[in-house]
Amino acid sequence: MQRLLFLFSAAFLIAGGSYAQSAKYLDAMKQNVAQLDTAHSLASFLELGNKFERIGEAEKTQGLPYYYAAYCTVMTTFVGADKSKTDEIAGKAEEFLGKAESLDKPSSETNVIRSMIATSHMMVDPQNRYMQYGAASSEALQKAEQMDSTNPRPVYLEGQAKFYTPEAYGGGKAVAKPLFDKAMAMFATFKPASDIAPRWGKHATEYFLSMCN
Amino acid sequence: MGRLIIMFLLLFLICLDGWGQVHISGQIINKKKKPVPGASITLKDSYDGATADSTGHFSFTTTEKGKQMLVITAIGFKDLDQSVTINAAPLTQDIMLQENVSELNAVVITAGSFAAGDKQRGTVLSTMDIYTTAGADADITSAVKTLPGAQQIGEQTGLFVRGGTAEETKVFIDGTLVNNYFYTGTQDIASRGRFSPALFQGTIFSSGGYSALYGQALSSALILESNDLPERTQGNIGISSVGLSAGYDHLAADKKSSWGVDYNYTNLWPSFQVIKQDPDYFTVPVVQTLEGNFRIKTSGSGILKFYGYYSGERFGLRRPDIDSGLLNNAFSLKNGDFYGNLSWKQKWGRWKLTLAGSYSNNLDNINNELENQEDIKQLIPEYPYDSKSFTVRNLAQLGQGKGILEYKIHGLSAVRFGGEFQHDVYNSQFQNDTIPHVTNGFTDNFAAAFAEADIYVTNALALKLGGRAEHSSLLNKTDVAPRLSAAYKIGPGQVSLAYGLFYQKPDDNYLLFNNGMGYQKAAHYIANYQIMTLERTFRVEGFYKKYNYLTKTFPDTTGTGFGYAKGIEVFWRDKKTFKGIDYWVSYSYLDTKRNYLNFPYEMEPNFAAKHTLSLVFKKFVTDWKTGFNASYSFATGRPYYDISYDYSKSNYYIADKGRTIDYNNLSLSVNYIPSLSKPKSKRFTVWVLSVNNVFNIKQVYGYNYSFNNAIKEPIEPPSGRFLFIGCFISFGVDRSQDAINNNL
Repeated sequence: MQRLLFLFSAAFLIAGGSYAQSAKYLDAMKQNVAQLDTAHSLASFLELGNKFERIGEAEKTQGLPYYYAAYCTVMTTFVGADKSKTDEIAGKAEEFLGKAESLDKPSSETNVIRSMIATSHMMVDPQNRYMQYGAASSEALQKAEQMDSTNPRPVYLEGQAKFYTPEAYGGGKAVAKPLFDKAMAMFATFKPASDIAPRWGKHATEYFLSMCN
Repeated sequence: MGRLIIMFLLLFLICLDGWGQVHISGQIINKKKKPVPGASITLKDSYDGATADSTGHFSFTTTEKGKQMLVITAIGFKDLDQSVTINAAPLTQDIMLQENVSELNAVVITAGSFAAGDKQRGTVLSTMDIYTTAGADADITSAVKTLPGAQQIGEQTGLFVRGGTAEETKVFIDGTLVNNYFYTGTQDIASRGRFSPALFQGTIFSSGGYSALYGQALSSALILESNDLPERTQGNIGISSVGLSAGYDHLAADKKSSWGVDYNYTNLWPSFQVIKQDPDYFTVPVVQTLEGNFRIKTSGSGILKFYGYYSGERFGLRRPDIDSGLLNNAFSLKNGDFYGNLSWKQKWGRWKLTLAGSYSNNLDNINNELENQEDIKQLIPEYPYDSKSFTVRNLAQLGQGKGILEYKIHGLSAVRFGGEFQHDVYNSQFQNDTIPHVTNGFTDNFAAAFAEADIYVTNALALKLGGRAEHSSLLNKTDVAPRLSAAYKIGPGQVSLAYGLFYQKPDDNYLLFNNGMGYQKAAHYIANYQIMTLERTFRVEGFYKKYNYLTKTFPDTTGTGFGYAKGIEVFWRDKKTFKGIDYWVSYSYLDTKRNYLNFPYEMEPNFAAKHTLSLVFKKFVTDWKTGFNASYSFATGRPYYDISYDYSKSNYYIADKGRTIDYNNLSLSVNYIPSLSKPKSKRFTVWVLSVNNVFNIKQVYGYNYSFNNAIKEPIEPPSGRFLFIGCFISFGVDRSQDAINNNL
């Protein structure tokens, strides 16, 4: 009987292909995804990024761990002070993103990360890199919005870009605030596809909103 | 009893769990025993692992058993697989990582060269920098003159580098030589470069010791790399005090190809009405330029590029004749110049192929007339007046092909080799009142083969070993030019050394009267120390250059000239110390002498100042939407000579000599970018106001002498202060972010 059950579940696993997710996988992912909400420091993003990478490498068929590894990795370039390694780190994030997109499909969420990676490259030398990476960043963000108009993260990032843009150039708090408001409203209704699907950004939006007031 | 069993079982399970978990810990260090924080330690194919803390230490527990693989990864280091056997006992494993040789952290060979590109790391001078350098007026070579090694020469066209003549600097676009990079000018007035900085994504200014891939420049190479595909489709128009321009770039929807056209009309009439010129321009300079390009991506990494350029130029000016006092020389020029360049780059795995071909055709029609005060041509059949009226028609054509094959060995180490071929045809027709129509010309088939290896011994030590062999059919001579350079990291900075031999054919005018001359030759020895961060660059460079076989024109035209140049240069650029201010300082010390052309002995040439200093300053005030730029250049006085022929002794002698006053120039420019408060604005406007030589400081570049040495006249620029105002608008793309991000 037990043997039968085992065979049955094995067959199920095979049939499920890459979408089969073990309880161990889901547990580990849930735990790490929960930690993302409170991650602010370089050390925490580094550690979480490494954890997601480990899960991705062990599972081999799941795109989501790589998506998160890409997110955490690119975040380290924004919270870290040393710009000299940014290009290499952003390159690593892009590798993860490539794996995520080849295992799952390119999505609104992966385009959000693509935009962040481009921004990260740009910040190394904005004056000389804007033409290349600035355009790539806003293009990816537009794509993200097009692919899922209910995704609050592209709206939040757009708000963030406006927040850091001087008023003289059509940016500033007054322009950014409605975007953060919109993103907050979207976060309120946004339903992640699963327990482990992307949900980050709400805390940061709240933070920026508080800075706008 | 049952209860007992359950408790026992529970206890057993707990024990089992405790037994099953093994503690693994250790420290991750680099070769210098320094910790590597942030390194990721993973037990392969498991979720188990850890991240090294700030001291490089890590620890984790695992239930895996037996032979396992620990995988350690860290940014800037090579991945490492370490096999471990996990038993019941805690495991301690210290691990040393090897640094990864990559472009981002490896030492860079910098002796002699300034990489200045949008793509290169360690940008010294970007396209935007060229546009915002006051006094450069969007001319690449003018901006390059603010870097160490370049002289402040205003009376002759070209870049004079480290005691070399303008002819000793060659310009290359996408690997191929550009024959007529500068507009044709006239005596005592320098002309600017033909090509807009916006065409190029990368610029390397080498003031010596350059790569074996390039040749036929004794002193310096200016290497320009043209743009790839544009970011978006856009149009642009410009109106300024010197003319009108319009252009359009179209990017295909699939972003795999693009084409573009540009038209430029320059007319100096309005400027000359406001700013008085000396000489008297009877034909105000007018230039029309038409450019076209296409670019096609041939694969992910491959790109085919075409750039075509045609320009027509004309001007005429009248200056008093130095020998007569009552007569004038009326000089007029008509120039037509075509340049076309087709190049293809493609990668296959570790191989990379670059093919480039170009053709240029430059026709100068020059007419000079000796005129009286009524502007009527005068015929005076006696020396020196009998040779003053002349016409010249010079046609220079250059067709060339170049191929480079590169193989990446490992990391950054690579070998590349290839060859080039140049078919150079020069034709000159001359006539004056004593010499009837004569035609001179030459054809040279020039071929070169080259090879070069980049060897990264470690991250901290790199070597570049190369050489080229060249053959000119006209000289019927072959030369072999070795090029060696190395860089070694020391502390926060690096030391670079370079050595090389450089050969160059005699200038076109002397090749016309070729009588068995060979290549001119220069040997370069360069050492520099550089510290570079993203926001600051400091470098100091010393050089020694030995010239041999320079062209002598007396007693015969031969290659028996010689000379030397040595000096020290300092460069400092800082974007950090003063918030929002970007500035750089260049200083050059130059000691040079030569004996060439009709020099009676080895002496300081008139194109070399001992001390040259440039200060460039830029600040963008966001609230005012305005950028303020200033540049100041200083050079100590240059020597000048009256080299005269002594008929009794049949030789040249120095009839008079001296040193000019010091050169000073302060230029300012302002860029105003009006409100772009509409966030999705499709229009981008820039207003530019620039003033050269703001304080109208007197500049004397040298002196002209009459044939009898009795009259001496200073060579000065045609005007003192010069003003430029313009408005440039581009459509179809929101570039407001551009302006903002420049100032983040």
